[in-house]
Amino acid sequence: MSTWPAAGYVASEVWKHTCSHWTVKVQKCSVNINMFFSISNVFKLKESKRAVNSIRSLVEEEDEEDDVEKVSWSGEPVGSISWSVKETESSIRSTGEVRDQSFPKIHTAPSLPKNSSGYSLSSLFKEHSEKLLTSLIVYLLDCRWSVHDDVILLWQDYVSDWTPEETVKRMQQGKVYSLEKFRSLQDKLLLLDEAVNAHDGNVITAVLIYLKKSLSKEILFRELITREIALRHYIHYLKEIGEQKLLLMQYRDHLNVRDENKRRDFLKNCLSFPFSPDDATHVQDHYTLLERQIIIEANDKQVESSGQADIFKKYPRKASILNMPIITTLYYSCFYHYGESDGTFSSPANIRKTFRISDKQFLLTCLGARAKLKAWFDVDALFTTKNWLGYTKKRSPIGFHRIVDILQKNNAPVQVLQDYVNLVEDVEQKISLAQKYKCHDVIINTYRDLKDRQQLIVYRGKVEKGSSEYRKIEEILSNSVRRSFP
Amino acid sequence: MAHSVRRDAPELPDFSLLKRLARDQLIYLLEQLPGRKDLFIEADLMSPLDRIANVTTLKQHDVDKLYKVEHKPIVSTSDQLCFLIRPRIKTVKWICDVVNADKAFGRFRRYKIIFSPQKFYACENLLEEQGIFGDVTTDEWSFYLLPLDDDIISLELPEFFRDYFLEGDQRWVRTAGSALHLLHSVYGPFSKVYGIGRCSKMAYESWREQVEEGEQRALQAEIGNVFLIDRDVDLVTPLCSQVVYEGLVDDIFRIKCGCVEFCPDVTSSDKSIKVMLNSQDKVFNEIRNEHFSQVFGFLSQKARNLQTAYDKRSGMDIKQMKTFVSEELKGLKQEHRLLSLHIGASESMMKKKTKQDFQELLKTEHSLLEGFEIRECISYIEEHINRQVSMVESMRLLCLLSLTENGLLPKDYRSLKAQFLQSYGIEHLLTFSNLKQLGLLVEQQPGETLTVMESRVGKLVNDKTAGKLTDAFSSLAKKSNFRALGRRLNLFRTRLGNGQETVFLVQD
Repeated sequence: MSTWPAAGYVASEVWKHTCSHWTVKVQKCSVNINMFFSISNVFKLKESKRAVNSIRSLVEEEDEEDDVEKVSWSGEPVGSISWSVKETESSIRSTGEVRDQSFPKIHTAPSLPKNSSGYSLSSLFKEHSEKLLTSLIVYLLDCRWSVHDDVILLWQDYVSDWTPEETVKRMQQGKVYSLEKFRSLQDKLLLLDEAVNAHDGNVITAVLIYLKKSLSKEILFRELITREIALRHYIHYLKEIGEQKLLLMQYRDHLNVRDENKRRDFLKNCLSFPFSPDDATHVQDHYTLLERQIIIEANDKQVESSGQADIFKKYPRKASILNMPIITTLYYSCFYHYGESDGTFSSPANIRKTFRISDKQFLLTCLGARAKLKAWFDVDALFTTKNWLGYTKKRSPIGFHRIVDILQKNNAPVQVLQDYVNLVEDVEQKISLAQKYKCHDVIINTYRDLKDRQQLIVYRGKVEKGSSEYRKIEEILSNSVRRSFP
Repeated sequence: MAHSVRRDAPELPDFSLLKRLARDQLIYLLEQLPGRKDLFIEADLMSPLDRIANVTTLKQHDVDKLYKVEHKPIVSTSDQLCFLIRPRIKTVKWICDVVNADKAFGRFRRYKIIFSPQKFYACENLLEEQGIFGDVTTDEWSFYLLPLDDDIISLELPEFFRDYFLEGDQRWVRTAGSALHLLHSVYGPFSKVYGIGRCSKMAYESWREQVEEGEQRALQAEIGNVFLIDRDVDLVTPLCSQVVYEGLVDDIFRIKCGCVEFCPDVTSSDKSIKVMLNSQDKVFNEIRNEHFSQVFGFLSQKARNLQTAYDKRSGMDIKQMKTFVSEELKGLKQEHRLLSLHIGASESMMKKKTKQDFQELLKTEHSLLEGFEIRECISYIEEHINRQVSMVESMRLLCLLSLTENGLLPKDYRSLKAQFLQSYGIEHLLTFSNLKQLGLLVEQQPGETLTVMESRVGKLVNDKTAGKLTDAFSSLAKKSNFRALGRRLNLFRTRLGNGQETVFLVQD
C-alpha cells in the first residue's frame, strides 16, 4: 500500500478570546494532489503504450488458437452462461420460433401420489402411544413425505400443543407449522412478539401475513403502532406486493403514469397531501413546471414543423422538454427563446422568476446555452453592469476561471477567451489559463505588469518569430531597458 | 484486495470447497426434475452461477436451453421449466403469470422453482394466493457464499443494504447467520467472534442458534477469529472517490462479481471483452492496490521488461529458440495481453478523469474529511449541482458533507436540496426522504449552547468571517463523531484510500 504526503491544509485553530478578536493560524503542508496527473505520468503512459504496441505484431503472428480465451461478438466468454443465454435469444429471433400454445391438451395437473395402505390405522393407535405416533407423523411430514388423510387429522390434534415459541422455532428451521390455532388476539400478539425476538425478517413477515388475513385493518394497525420493528416489516411487505396506500408512495406512483396530462392531474391531487411545508413547495413547483412544459412543448412542436423560426431549423430539437428538470428547462429556454419578454411562459426571465432560480444557477445555465450558440455578445451582456457613474464593469458571481472553462468547452475563439482570462483575479491562475489556451497578449501584458523580464524573454522563445506577439515583446523589452537607464 | 504476505501467516483456506458444495447441491436439485428441461436464471445469479457450474455441467444434467428471467411472456417450448431465482415477490408474481397463462391455454407443463439462498414465506403465500401452489415444486439452493478471489468471499446480495438499512426488514439476518454457519462447519469452529452494530449482533445470535441445533464436530480450525461489522458503522469510506487502481476500474467500468467489461476503445479492437479480475491476473495483482499515480511507472517498467524479453529472441540459435517457445513464450504472450488491457484501461481512466475536474473533486473531498474551508466546499458542491455534472456524484458529495459535519445547517439543507431538485428533477424528493431515513443526508438539530456566543460575535464581523466562525465553533462544540473517531484512529495523516478505516477499527 503506498502512502503519499498528506495533501491539503493543516489548520491549527488558535483563537484568542479577547473581546471581539480571534485568529486562526493556518499552516500549509505539502500540497501534492497534482501528482495525479503530472507530466511524468503522462509520459510514462505514452512510453508503455509504445512498448506494448511494438510487440503486438510479433505476438499476433505466432498466435496459437488454444491459448487465447475465446470471446464472442457480444464480449461474453464463449461457454459461459450469459453467452449461452444470448445465443438462445438470437436463435429464437432468427427462426421466429413462437409456437402455437393453444393446442388442446386435456391433461390435469398431477396431484401428490397417495399412499394406499390397506389396514386400518385405529388399530395401530391401540398399540402405540399417541404421542409416539404423532411424532413419527410429524417427522415424515418434515421430510416431505406424503401422509394419508386420516393421519393428518391426528397430526392436527398434536399441532395444537405447539407454543408460540416452538412455532417460531419451527418456522425458522423451515419445518411444518400451523398458525391457525392462534385465534385469540392475545395469542396472536404473543406469536408476533416471539417472531420479533427471533430477529428473522422472514418469520416476522410470515406471521404478519397471517395477521393481515385474520385481523381487521384498524385492530392490526392499532397493535402495530407500538411495535416498531413489526410495523417496518409490514410496510415493506405492503410496498412489495403493491398494496401501498401510504402518502409518499402515491407520489412515487406518478412516475409510472405515461401520459403527461394524466400525470399533471395526478400531481394536482398530490398537492392535497399533507407534505411538510418545504416539500409542499417542491410538489407545487413540480406541478407548475409540468403544466408549463406541456404548453411550451405543444407550441414549439407546432412552430418547428411549420418552419417559421430559424433557430429550430438550424438546431432541430433532439428531445421533448416534458418531464425535464427545471434547470434543463431553463437551458432549453435560453437556447430557443432567448430575449422573449417575461410575459410568456417560455421566456428565461419568466422561468427564473417563477421557480426562484438563484443568480449563480441562472448565469451558469444561460452561459452554457448562449456559448453553445456562439452568441458572444449575449454572453458579454450577462456580465456587464453599469455602475452609478455610467461606466460598464464586468462582474460575475462565479469565478471567471470557471467561465473560461465553459467557453473553451464550447470552442470560443481566442479573442473572446482572452477577454475573460484577463478578468481572472488570481495572477497565477491567470497565467496558467492563458498558457493553456494560448492567449499570448494576456501573458505578455501580465508579465509586463509584473515587470518580469526573465519570463518575457522565455516566452519570446515560445512565440513564432516575426509574429505580432514577438514584435510586442521586443518592444516592451527594449522600452524597459531604455527606462532603467535614465 | 488480495492480502499482503506475512511470512508467519498460515495458508489461506481453500475456498473452492464452497463452490463444489454449491454445485453438488444444485445438480441434486436439478435431478429432482428428471428429463429435459429449460432453465430460467435470474440476471443477478448468472455471473455467480457461471463461476460454480458452467453451461457444460448444466447440459450434462438435462438442461436444454438457458433463458434470462425477464418480466415478459416466455417462448420456451419445453415441457419442464425450472426457475432459479432470488426470493423476490416481483419474480414470483411473474412466474405465477406464466403458469396461469399456460393453464388458460390448456398447456400442461411441470414447473420447479429453486429459491436461492432460501425460500421466503411471503413468496409461498403468493403462490398459494395465485392458485398455483400445487402445480409447482419449490426448493432451496443453499448457495450462500461465492469465492471471488483467494481471500474474498461474497454473499452476492446487493439488496441487503436497502432491505435492512433503509426498510428495516430483517429478512436476511438468518441468511447471514447461515453463511456464518457454513463457514463454521466447513472451516473449523471459530474460536472468537467480535462484532460492532445491531445487525451483526442479530446475525451472531442467529448463527449461535444454528450451531446449537446442529451437531458439533471437532475439526482442524482454519478460521480462528471472526469480525462482524455493520456497514453503517462507516458510511464515509464508500462515499469518497477511489484513488487506487482497482477502485478506479470499478468507478469507471463497474466490476460485477469479480468481472469487468472493457469497451472497444480500451481493448483497441472492435469489440468489448469481459475479463475476470483477481489475483490470477499477475499484472492486476501487482497494481490493484497502488495509488493511481504509481501505476504508470509500474506499467511502463513492465512493458520495457516485456520488450527486452522479446528482443532476446533475435540472438538465439535453434535449440534456445525451441526452449524459449516451449517455456517462456506462452507466459509472455499472456503477460502482453494483460498488459495491453490494463494500459488501455489506464488511458481511458486518464481521459475520463481529467475531463471531469477530478483534482478539484479530490481536493473538496479531502477538505471535507479534514474539516477545513467547509464554506468553500459547500459552494463547490453548489456549483457542481448547478452545472448538472453528474447526479450520483452530486449526491455523494452532499452525503459526505452531511456525514462529516454531523448534518447540514438547516439553511444549507434547504438551499442545496432546492438546487438539487431543480437541476436533476423534483422526483428526487423521495430520494431525499430515503437518505434522511438512512442518516446519510440530514439536518443538524438546533439547540447547542455555543450558538449564543456565535451570534454575539457574529454581529461584530462581516459575512465571510462569520461563515468561518460558524465552522470553527461547530467543529469545536458539536460532537462531530466522524472527526473525533478519525483523529483517535489517526486516519488523516496518510492517504490510504478505501477500507483502511475498517482495518484500523479492527486493530484498535
